[in-house]
Amino acid sequence: MTTVEHAAGASGASGRVGLDRQSITGLVFGLLGIALLAGVAPAISGSGRRFNFEPPPDPAGIGFHPPTWVIAIGVLFLLTAVLGFAPPEARRWASPARLLSALAVIPLLLVLSLALSDNPSTNIVNLFNESLVLATPLALGATTGLWCERSGIINIGIEGTMLAGAGIGYMTYATIGDAQSTGWLWFSILISVLAGGLVAALLAVLSIRFGVNQIVGGVVINLFALGLTGFLRSEVIVKTGITTGVGTSEFGLPLLSEIPVIGDQLFRGKPIYWMMYLVVIGTWLVMFRTPWGLRVRSCGENPHAAETLGVNVVRIRYQSVILGGLIAGLAGAWFSMESQTRFEDNMTNAAGFIALAALIFGKWTPWGAFGGALLFGFSRALGTRLQFLGVEVSGFEIPSEFLQALPFVVTLVVVAGAVGRSIPPAAAGQPFQRSK
Amino acid sequence: MAQASGGAARPVLEVEGITKAFPGVVANDDVSLTLNQGEIHCLLGENGAGKSTLVNMVFGLYRPDQGTIKVRGEEVHFEDSGDAIARGIGMVHQHFQLIPVFTVAENIILGNEVTKGAFLDLDSARRQIDSLAERYGLAVDPDATVGELSVGEQQRVELVKALFRDADILILDEPTAVLTPGEVDDFFGVVESLTGQGKSIIFITHKLREVLAVADRITVLRAGRVVGTATAEGATQQSLANLMVGRDVVFRVDKGEADPGAPVLRTQGLRVADDRGVETVTGFDVEVRAGEIFGIAGVEGNGQRELVEAVCGMRPTAGGRVEMLGQETTDWSPRKITELGVAHVPENRSKHGVVAQYTIADNLVLNRYHHRKFSQRGVRNTAAINAEAQELVEQFDVRTPGVDAVIDTLSGGNQQKVIVARELTGDIKALVVAQPTRGLDVGSIEFIHRKIIELRDQGVAVLLVSAELDEILSLSDRIGVLYRGRLAGTVNAADATREELGLLMATGSSEGQR
Repeated sequence: MTTVEHAAGASGASGRVGLDRQSITGLVFGLLGIALLAGVAPAISGSGRRFNFEPPPDPAGIGFHPPTWVIAIGVLFLLTAVLGFAPPEARRWASPARLLSALAVIPLLLVLSLALSDNPSTNIVNLFNESLVLATPLALGATTGLWCERSGIINIGIEGTMLAGAGIGYMTYATIGDAQSTGWLWFSILISVLAGGLVAALLAVLSIRFGVNQIVGGVVINLFALGLTGFLRSEVIVKTGITTGVGTSEFGLPLLSEIPVIGDQLFRGKPIYWMMYLVVIGTWLVMFRTPWGLRVRSCGENPHAAETLGVNVVRIRYQSVILGGLIAGLAGAWFSMESQTRFEDNMTNAAGFIALAALIFGKWTPWGAFGGALLFGFSRALGTRLQFLGVEVSGFEIPSEFLQALPFVVTLVVVAGAVGRSIPPAAAGQPFQRSK
Repeated sequence: MAQASGGAARPVLEVEGITKAFPGVVANDDVSLTLNQGEIHCLLGENGAGKSTLVNMVFGLYRPDQGTIKVRGEEVHFEDSGDAIARGIGMVHQHFQLIPVFTVAENIILGNEVTKGAFLDLDSARRQIDSLAERYGLAVDPDATVGELSVGEQQRVELVKALFRDADILILDEPTAVLTPGEVDDFFGVVESLTGQGKSIIFITHKLREVLAVADRITVLRAGRVVGTATAEGATQQSLANLMVGRDVVFRVDKGEADPGAPVLRTQGLRVADDRGVETVTGFDVEVRAGEIFGIAGVEGNGQRELVEAVCGMRPTAGGRVEMLGQETTDWSPRKITELGVAHVPENRSKHGVVAQYTIADNLVLNRYHHRKFSQRGVRNTAAINAEAQELVEQFDVRTPGVDAVIDTLSGGNQQKVIVARELTGDIKALVVAQPTRGLDVGSIEFIHRKIIELRDQGVAVLLVSAELDEILSLSDRIGVLYRGRLAGTVNAADATREELGLLMATGSSEGQR
């Protein structure tokens, strides 16, 4: 007797042992809760801490008492832990509780860092806005991945596509617009977008036409873009002598930016940042509300079924991958013409890979991907903020590198527990051969 | 091919002299076929006879090398299935072409979307689906997720999908292979209501009983050629089977009286849970003796799968005990049970029977690759493995280009022969076999049945689980009916009737329930 696959037996057995993901997450929250209540709350100082809503001087804001917050969040964690082990009829509350606890980690980090810092106050509206701005390339990159993977093509070349967009766009701007003219700036952003589309088209040809392994294809794109943009920088940009210039400028949304206190901080921004929202909303509408979007999703799930209904799988995949590339090109322009106005080697600095993580966190949905991007944007903004605040634990100043990494680690661990398993499109990564 | 039903018949589809070759095989060789308005035309043939190739050409998925296809008298050249759909041809594939994460409505409209402006109009799609469902008696819920539906429901979705595209020529590729006996009856009802409303149907199958039940006309394919046509009235199971296989087929399994010996396999109060943790085997007692075949009949889902897996060590038991050859083997590992001399032909061929990407030779030694004969000091003896494989392939009549072919390239029947060859080789004392002939053609079924009988005559204890009542009746010496996880009754095969067993299977009691 032969058992080729032992999974059947194994899965049967796992039902008996109680240590599944939920229990482990519950356990982690339980330990965290106990630590907060017994260890942290009594140890931190209580007075004079404030969240501000606007920049100094004399900002509006609210004062708060850190130990109270820590205790409240600790109790929430403990509740979550208890619900994780509760009898089945109470278990339906366990999942919302986990999500709430995961979200509570964000205020917890804020409260703790202020409580442990010499600075008694910080502007949280501004922190939120920074998170959104830093999420821009991540959300765009995740949308790129969404279009590709939903159509069945795994794209780990997002990083390279962005970098090519950033480099080629800035090169155009520096050579023909001296990095000064607004008209050429917009032209160059368009070139960035097209460059992204072109690089993606290369990936599409490799993986669709020639059936190259899609991971290998993506790696090739990343290496190619790194080399190409490095070459362009040293041979073209450096020779023009124009290493920086005028980038896109901020503007406020009508009416909304007039709202007192928060309006000017939240509803002012630069154009690519605003376009990011349009791209996310547009992606959601097109992918889930139009016939073409339905076809794209069918190609990522079961291309052969799509083919039997007369859907041209090859064409749809080309279209989706190239559309994704255009979006990644726009993200590239954000780096070299909006966030900064310059181009440096490897300036995207792994944003393309973080975007993929955001996509997976977001379970391959536009809003989920946006949420994931926002979370990483927040982690980055908070890391920077913590450096300025200077956090000390019993007289020892925590190194800034650690502070920068900490929010990422915490969000990763907590979200992994709360969001749970994320299932990719069934046909992602599989080459498609048309019937003959 | 002659028009069978005289002058009134109006052909809607005419296939003339179609030839299609794939590298190494001629799948269709000068095949012709006519489908008339409102008829059910059965396409009959063994696995690999070229039935699917033929209909894939009619549906535009393959392009013929030679020959013509006419739809309502007009010659057509399909570039893809979209062209075929536009001509009113719909197909329900043997492996459903559905997207599990989509809703029923999304699956149905894909490629033929209902829109309002630039956007999908799911509301009006829902209304259209509901009205189709009502008209043809195909109950489907447009908002259900397809992956959560039963096989029978998924098949209805496939039918609605074709009807939604205004198909009036329907191709059904082995539609009953995946259905339970009850679902098959419902399905026949649907098919008749379709032809009653003017649809014409090509029905592919290799089940003779079904052909005679529904067909108006029958075309038999063998090795890519049309070897005969018949009307349902003029045909018998025997005549069709002979045409299909190309020689006389023996339906009756010839076997002598059983000569049972000592008990070999015994369970006491066995309880087993399924994947969801629900106990589906609820106190099962059986004793199978050497030299007898104990058949387990029952409607699927009464614990058959869990029972077999627990006996073979693939699934932990929840209670009770399993004994083999006088030793308690409860919750032993599959390897230990195998080494004891227990063979297992699993129900799920592709998941538990073979490693799809391995060669035939490697699949043939999966249970013995670690024996001294095939590996020394951790190094495989390829020569010995290939020699053994060559011998088994000949002995068990596996049709293959060679023992180094990847097993996934073989037909289901040949894969099953490989499994049987592997399991029945060596010093076997007990055999646990589940659905041994599911999806196989007549020739392979005959072969496998003969092997099981041979083994019994050599004194092996056989536990046979099958959903085919005919198979249970013709092979078994004693028959037990599994009902809700326990034996509802045991009868001697010689005295058993279909009616009595059917009653036991349906109600768990031979008196039945009023």
